[in-house]
Amino acid sequence: MEPVMAVVVGALFAASVYMMLRRSIVKLVIGLILLSNAANLLIFTVSGLTRGAPPLIPEGLEVPPDAWADPLPQALILTAIVIGFGVLAFAVVLIHRAYEVVGEDDMDQMRSTDT
Amino acid sequence: MLIAVLSGFILAAASPWLARSVGDKAGWLLALLPAALFVYFLGFVPTVNESGAQVIHYPWIPALDVNLSFLVDGLSLLFALLISGIGTFIIIYAGGYLHGHPHLPRFYAIMFAFMASMLGLVLSNNLITLFVFWELTSITSYLLMGFNHEDKNARWCALQGLLVTVAGGLALMAGLIMIGVAAGSFELNEILTDGDVLRDHPWYIGIVLLVLAGCFTKSAQVPTHFWLPNAMVAPTPVSAFLHSATMVKAGVYLLARLNPGLGGTDLWLYALGIVGALTMFTGSFMALRSTGVKAVLAYTTIMALGTLVMLIGIGTEGAIIAAMAFLLAHALYKAALFMLAGALDHETGTKDMLKMGGLRQLMPITFLASCVAALSLAGLPPLFGFIGKELMFAATAGAPGLAFFTTVLAVASAMMIAGMAAVFAIRPFTGTLKETPKKPHEAPPSMLAGPVVLAGLGLLFGLMGFIPAAAIVQSAVAAVHGAPVEVQLYLWHGINLPLMLSILAIAGGVVLFLRWERVLAFYRERLGFIDRFGAERGYEKAMEGLVWIAEWQTRVLQSGYLRRYLTITVLSTVVLTGWTFFGHTGSSVPLGEVGFTFYEFAVAALVVAGAIVASVTSSRIGAAATLGMVGFGVALIYVMFSAPDLGITQIMIETLTVILLVLVLFRLPGFLKLSSPTDRIKDAATACSLGALMTILILAVNGVTVTDPISDQLTAWSYTEAQGRNIVNVILVDFRALDTLGELFVVGLAAIGVYAMIRFRAEDRRQ
Repeated sequence: MEPVMAVVVGALFAASVYMMLRRSIVKLVIGLILLSNAANLLIFTVSGLTRGAPPLIPEGLEVPPDAWADPLPQALILTAIVIGFGVLAFAVVLIHRAYEVVGEDDMDQMRSTDT
Repeated sequence: MLIAVLSGFILAAASPWLARSVGDKAGWLLALLPAALFVYFLGFVPTVNESGAQVIHYPWIPALDVNLSFLVDGLSLLFALLISGIGTFIIIYAGGYLHGHPHLPRFYAIMFAFMASMLGLVLSNNLITLFVFWELTSITSYLLMGFNHEDKNARWCALQGLLVTVAGGLALMAGLIMIGVAAGSFELNEILTDGDVLRDHPWYIGIVLLVLAGCFTKSAQVPTHFWLPNAMVAPTPVSAFLHSATMVKAGVYLLARLNPGLGGTDLWLYALGIVGALTMFTGSFMALRSTGVKAVLAYTTIMALGTLVMLIGIGTEGAIIAAMAFLLAHALYKAALFMLAGALDHETGTKDMLKMGGLRQLMPITFLASCVAALSLAGLPPLFGFIGKELMFAATAGAPGLAFFTTVLAVASAMMIAGMAAVFAIRPFTGTLKETPKKPHEAPPSMLAGPVVLAGLGLLFGLMGFIPAAAIVQSAVAAVHGAPVEVQLYLWHGINLPLMLSILAIAGGVVLFLRWERVLAFYRERLGFIDRFGAERGYEKAMEGLVWIAEWQTRVLQSGYLRRYLTITVLSTVVLTGWTFFGHTGSSVPLGEVGFTFYEFAVAALVVAGAIVASVTSSRIGAAATLGMVGFGVALIYVMFSAPDLGITQIMIETLTVILLVLVLFRLPGFLKLSSPTDRIKDAATACSLGALMTILILAVNGVTVTDPISDQLTAWSYTEAQGRNIVNVILVDFRALDTLGELFVVGLAAIGVYAMIRFRAEDRRQ
């Protein structure tokens, strides 16, 4: 499955960079969302994909019974998802506010700090 | 020794306060330090003469082979004595010259820092320490040259001096490090014991060229000589110090110091011999047309520096003796002459010799001292300058390979210098008294002490050449030559070639002096092109070019467009990473296990399709919906591959994201196609290149284990130590609790930001 996931991650990166290169600031935000997903999936894939063995310890045991998925990348990604959302929420409100003040969605029109 | 070198820095910190509290006569008080240092260094003279070089060692950063070690031998002692001795008079002189100047305390501070840097430079035994002091002299001399910082020209000239010397310093640093690596030691006394190590090293040519770049810029050799006359914007005490014993002599010092290790080859001979001789000639040639008292002296300094470099390059025993004698003679008369020039300027209010005249009656001591010092400059008996010049002629006549070239240039230079020495000593003082901006009278004692003593020493050393010879010149020559040498200095060598050349030079000088008006006219009418095509124009062009490149690259790189920064970043990443990657692994990438089930593939395909649609759709609701598709698809992937916590979190976050997008997007205008099709194709290519790179990297990384993962340990501790059965949760709230706390702060800050912006908007509306 890893080769397939590699293609998925590549496609997500490509789509996010393409969106961030657009002039519309809304598309920049869409690019950010895609980038966040791409980065998370990258970490997830690189640490190895395991089917049906979540890192949980059943009752009565001290470690999972046999091969289990690596818990550390999962913990990192979990943090990243939440922070990514925080950044996204802030960015969305910020561009909304910027649009209200500037009245313009095109980043080329937002070149100086005074507009 | 450490205290001796660093005392200047300490006094630099204290001197502004001292100068303010003592007041007018502070110069005399502060001069006690250099005077004490002079006596201290004088105490080394018998030791060095009897038992040779002394190394005094203080470890500083031993792990990096950087030490505060000091080498006291004839050469460093000669320089240390000149620096502290002349420094004493300079400090006294500055008290008179800058009397009442509002920034005089600051002047003392920089001056002492400069003097201490210079002492450190000539005494350092460690190449790295030497370089640190070298750069310190560049910086402090920059501050001194730009002392009148309200004057735009002074700032410009100071910056020019700094840029030229520091550019050379950069080359020098590389050269010194290469010496250290090639010789296996950064301690000079170890490097110089066996010069063949460096001379036979494959880096030899590179080392020499880099070291020469540093020394030539510092010592104002052609074609970087132009900064030195501009350094005249500094107050006269600075010029006197800079030109006689310090700063510009640093390059000469280092060449002399490294001569046993690097000298003796054809490269050394021709590089130093030719550049030095050309510099000597250029300096004299430019001096002849100068009418400013300080400008004349500045150009004669260039002449002297060229002579010294040439003599070190020739490198015969006689040439080294000539170099050391000439160095001493030059330091004495140049310091005296500069201080006298400052006195003239200070008392008459003009620097132009054409506007002075008849000052003999009003400034008799200045006149007398000028005559003695100028005789030494001209190289007439019985002054010490005569001995230096005779030895120089003997050395050039015996120069291997360059005898004719150097001798012709040396005689021509000596003629012009003799002429200018006569102009300097006679013109301002004779003839009718001319109207000057200030009413001239004799300078105060503080400004005459130095010139009189130094000019007198020039006379004394000339008459009794054995004093300097035995005391210091012999051991200095031994240090430069790398072997003991017997030195005898006296005026009369019999009727020989040097004497003939001297007579010729002086006769020519007399003619030039008598015809000086016509010489000046000739320069004005025929040689005006020098200013248009000189080396300084090259510097200006280079600076303009630098500014142009800076503007150009700012325009290209710092455009202010996010997408341009992003394109550059992405493409650089792709090219550099791709280059490294394919350079290491070749173009084959392992594919690994491709097995997958139908539903796994379907989810993956949905994510890719969602991403593509989201990036090309022109419908806002479509973008929000397909983004949701991507997000939930990713959540499914987490669930399928054993990450239930991630799946849950992703689903919650994704729901919120879609709601947020839908709420906000519809308050914004619809998507417009703002960019041209060409731009879109270019952007798509950029984006795809990064996507492809990431895919390839993942395939390559897959299955590579660099070290054992720490997860096994965390898993083992999860229940036994932290009593948790969900290992991911245990990691988050236990093992990495601080990270989670940081995460909470980020989310909290984002929430505050969001709240604030919504709140302000509501207030705006109300207004």
